[in-house]
Amino acid sequence: MLFQVLADGILTGSIIALGAIGLTLTMSVLRFPNFAHAELITFGAYIALAVLGLTGAFMGPLAPLSFGLPLILATVVAMAATAVLALLIDRLVYRKLRARSKKMTVVFGSFGVSLLVRMSILLVFGGAATYYSTALQRAIRVGGLFRVMPDQVFTLGLTIIIVVGLHLFLKFTRLGLAMRAYAENPQLVGIYGYDSERVLRWTWIIGAALAALAGVLYGLTVQIRPEIGFHLLLPLFAAAIMGGVGNVHGAVLGGLIVGLAESLSIYLIPPGYKMAVPFLLLLLILYLRPTGLFGSAKGAVR
Amino acid sequence: MSMPLLTASDLVGGYRPGLPILHGAGIQVSAGEFVALIGPNGAGKSTLMKAIAGIVPIWSGQVELAGRVVTNTPPHRLAEAELAFVPQTNNVFTSLTIDENLRLGAAALSRGQAGQALARSYEAFPDLTRFRNVPARALSGGQRQMLAVARALLTSPKLLMLDEPSAGLSPLMVSDVFSRLKALVHDGVAILMVEQNVKAAFSVADRAYVLTEGRNRLDGTPEHLSAMDEIVELYLGGGGRKH
Repeated sequence: MLFQVLADGILTGSIIALGAIGLTLTMSVLRFPNFAHAELITFGAYIALAVLGLTGAFMGPLAPLSFGLPLILATVVAMAATAVLALLIDRLVYRKLRARSKKMTVVFGSFGVSLLVRMSILLVFGGAATYYSTALQRAIRVGGLFRVMPDQVFTLGLTIIIVVGLHLFLKFTRLGLAMRAYAENPQLVGIYGYDSERVLRWTWIIGAALAALAGVLYGLTVQIRPEIGFHLLLPLFAAAIMGGVGNVHGAVLGGLIVGLAESLSIYLIPPGYKMAVPFLLLLLILYLRPTGLFGSAKGAVR
Repeated sequence: MSMPLLTASDLVGGYRPGLPILHGAGIQVSAGEFVALIGPNGAGKSTLMKAIAGIVPIWSGQVELAGRVVTNTPPHRLAEAELAFVPQTNNVFTSLTIDENLRLGAAALSRGQAGQALARSYEAFPDLTRFRNVPARALSGGQRQMLAVARALLTSPKLLMLDEPSAGLSPLMVSDVFSRLKALVHDGVAILMVEQNVKAAFSVADRAYVLTEGRNRLDGTPEHLSAMDEIVELYLGGGGRKH
């Protein structure tokens, strides 16, 4: 039983981690908590659903996974579309607010954007729960201790690959260096000869694409509804803040901790209160270590 | 005197609309010339430099660099136009290592050129080689200044602008930095430098501009300026010495 709970927690945690990576990047580079990040997750999940509706499941699933190439294609389209949406929101809303108002105005702007996107999704797709696939998956038994779904293993593996990839990207590419630099001192990036607009653009693209990916993977494990992103909002912020804003590795660890805490909480509290767990963790971390578990430098991308 | 490399004329500008800091200041730097910008606190020396560097908006007036009008050009485009700027404070990324700072500073170059530029930089600043994988926050003030100058030189600029390179450095470090700057000018790089320490500035500069209240007050060679009562009294220890 305990092993099963742990396994479930790690797998939920890796989805939270994926969303939190995007959030922590945009939060440190763009210097405001984007509450609409949750809606980028929902948007990605729904775009993938729409693409899947157009292409149809023209091939069978790639056993033992529940999905096949069509969903992978749909995910790529969803990531691109979500990146475009994020750039559009930045151009139409945040850029103007950034230029002439206080930071809090941008934060409230993101609440507005969040509502607008969520309600638009509700309007277009309706509020009913849907699924990518109704095919049944056979769980893998691991040493008689616990069972996992192949999709969950895939999710965990993908998260690890993305974390390693992002780590190398931030350490070795010019754009990655520029993103870390921008988080510390935006003006100096231009003086160093790097176009700071390019940094902003790619931060949105990467953050939004990861959000869309998290949306699809979350949609694979739960029902797809217009509130799925919104329900992830608190876990995402808890994970990002626990890991230290800007810390990609920290966000992943934070995500895993939140996921584990959520699933382990069933030993202490009724399952109905599970959603309160990230909230408690967030309060705890803000009270004890506001710079995050591993954070010393505030707001630097690592 | 050769054709001017930089001509800034009648600059009016500032950080906030309606609150100009520059009231028509202008400056000229020829290729390979060492020019100092001096004046009392709040005279607009740094602002003038930042306006030329594309950081402070210019409302009227014109900046010309190597025959091209570059008024209000964003800083990263000026780097391509062979102008490099070293701000007075926060002039390196402390969360990045020395190597990462230099790699980012060479981003405007092609990969091959960047490799060569980095190699040249490490050769010219051996101290930096030793600390190449250390975050810049661990460096001393002098080492940071070295890194900032090394970064600015990566793109082989024709004009290097420095905002108070001696600020916060020990006298020994100041003379080290200044002799390096002098060597750069010898190699053909033009330097425009804001400096509070007028004696030190006069010891290296070919020419100097004195700015007050966002306007040009005086200019000339150090010999010429040192002979003026006003300069002696205000800056060279005739009265209370600044800095």
